[in-house]
Amino acid sequence: MPTIIFHSPDGSSHKVDARVGASAMETAVKVGVPGIVAECGGALSCATCHVFVDSAWIAATGIADEFEDEMLDDAETPRTPTSRLSCQIRVTDDLDGLELTIAPEQ
Amino acid sequence: MAQPHADVLIVGGGEAGLGVADELRALGFAGTITMAGEEPRLPYQRPPLSKGYLSGDSDDESLELRAPEYLREQGIDVWLGRRVASVDLTDQGGSAVFDDSTSVAFDRLVLATGAVARELPVPGAELAGVHSLRSVADAALIRDALRAGGPLVVIGGGFIGLEIAATARARGLSVTVVEAAGRLLERVCAEPLSDFCLRTHRAAGIDIRLDAAVVELVGTDVGAVSGVRLADGTLLPAEVVIVGVGAVPATGIAEKAGLECRRGIVVDPAGRTTHPRVVAAGDCTEQPHPHLEGELLAIESVNNAVEQSKAAAHTLLGLDPPARGVPWFWSDQGGMKIQIAGVSHGHDGYVVREEAERITVLYFRGGTLIAADVANNPRDFMAVKRAVAERRTVDRERAGDLTRSVKDLLREGA
Repeated sequence: MPTIIFHSPDGSSHKVDARVGASAMETAVKVGVPGIVAECGGALSCATCHVFVDSAWIAATGIADEFEDEMLDDAETPRTPTSRLSCQIRVTDDLDGLELTIAPEQ
Repeated sequence: MAQPHADVLIVGGGEAGLGVADELRALGFAGTITMAGEEPRLPYQRPPLSKGYLSGDSDDESLELRAPEYLREQGIDVWLGRRVASVDLTDQGGSAVFDDSTSVAFDRLVLATGAVARELPVPGAELAGVHSLRSVADAALIRDALRAGGPLVVIGGGFIGLEIAATARARGLSVTVVEAAGRLLERVCAEPLSDFCLRTHRAAGIDIRLDAAVVELVGTDVGAVSGVRLADGTLLPAEVVIVGVGAVPATGIAEKAGLECRRGIVVDPAGRTTHPRVVAAGDCTEQPHPHLEGELLAIESVNNAVEQSKAAAHTLLGLDPPARGVPWFWSDQGGMKIQIAGVSHGHDGYVVREEAERITVLYFRGGTLIAADVANNPRDFMAVKRAVAERRTVDRERAGDLTRSVKDLLREGA
């Protein structure tokens, strides 16, 4: 089972077992990782699960598609080149060890 | 055996009930929290029920809002399959009686009882194959029925009806939507968005009948639905019928307990009911209208459930609730995504910005931007949501200028 490391805005880090096929957002929210709001539950509608992908991992996760990109434009925390909405990152075995930093404002 | 006791009893195991429990713990509340839900499942997401869950893209596990271990760690005691029949309130709290006659005492009560599907008052509504959608159990029945094939008739051109229609159509079923009003989504949006939806769904092959009243559901001699009869005599063949004609707040317990209810349980912006030890949140409530003084408004959305539950949790602990965010909503209908920022009800005008595959409707009241509906236009949705929160507006005269982006116009202000 792949693990994902979330770095929360409060400075804590959380290593979480992730189900293949689930989203990174869902993985975090179910076990109460602080900082991800995810109000729409993963429907790509609210931009409140904004994360920064560790640059070593951006090739593996891929970058935002056009719709996600537009959502990120007015996210509460200004976007960076490795910004993603974590509901759009699908967990695969290749993402074992992925590190995500949760945006401080959602 | 002594009567069990909860410092906080939450009636309702949906998003609002869970939200109160979560927020109480986040605020450091260390007392006992018991959440009693009628359904046999831990709190789950409802929005996918009319979309991904029907198409098979999301499963039971992905619906689950919190892992069971998390709820245990947080000390949130969840009682499943328990229906509260009534509550007795006292100055110190009260007790809730379940329909099996057992009871639980509480110091403080949270009503998060949700809403039930409005029934269709026509003959034949009880036939097999006629469904409405509120719970995952309903959704599972509908999913199985749709797998068997159509034709499907959806009664009601509101959000849930259109979401189910679009999902079923994308799976290749023959789908007809019957709407009593002259346009789709009549209660929630302005005409240009209704028209945009109508064109989109018709282009996808959904047969939409407007101004069409259903007078009867027709069945076979074994009691299964076989058709939908309209007022003009038309008989639409149907193997499956979805009734999506709105929801009614579940106020029964609150009414019996003597709390003020109109359409829903009346709450103030802090989630207070008319009893000092009872708060309420979510689809069961009505709250002060954001810009029509003296009026109440029911907002059925995840965002509202989450925000009201936060306010209610603060109130339970004697804290001032956080400022309310801009209400927002979304609806996925096949390939189309509708997003709504703000409350347009009470607007005195609107401006339409329409391009090939997308549309934005900006709503104004007294020269101020109060809301926007968009389809396939996430950039405008995000920009308006933020602007309304910051009380920024756009010049109404220039708002329709498609050579300028909404974001640009907002930057410039009125």
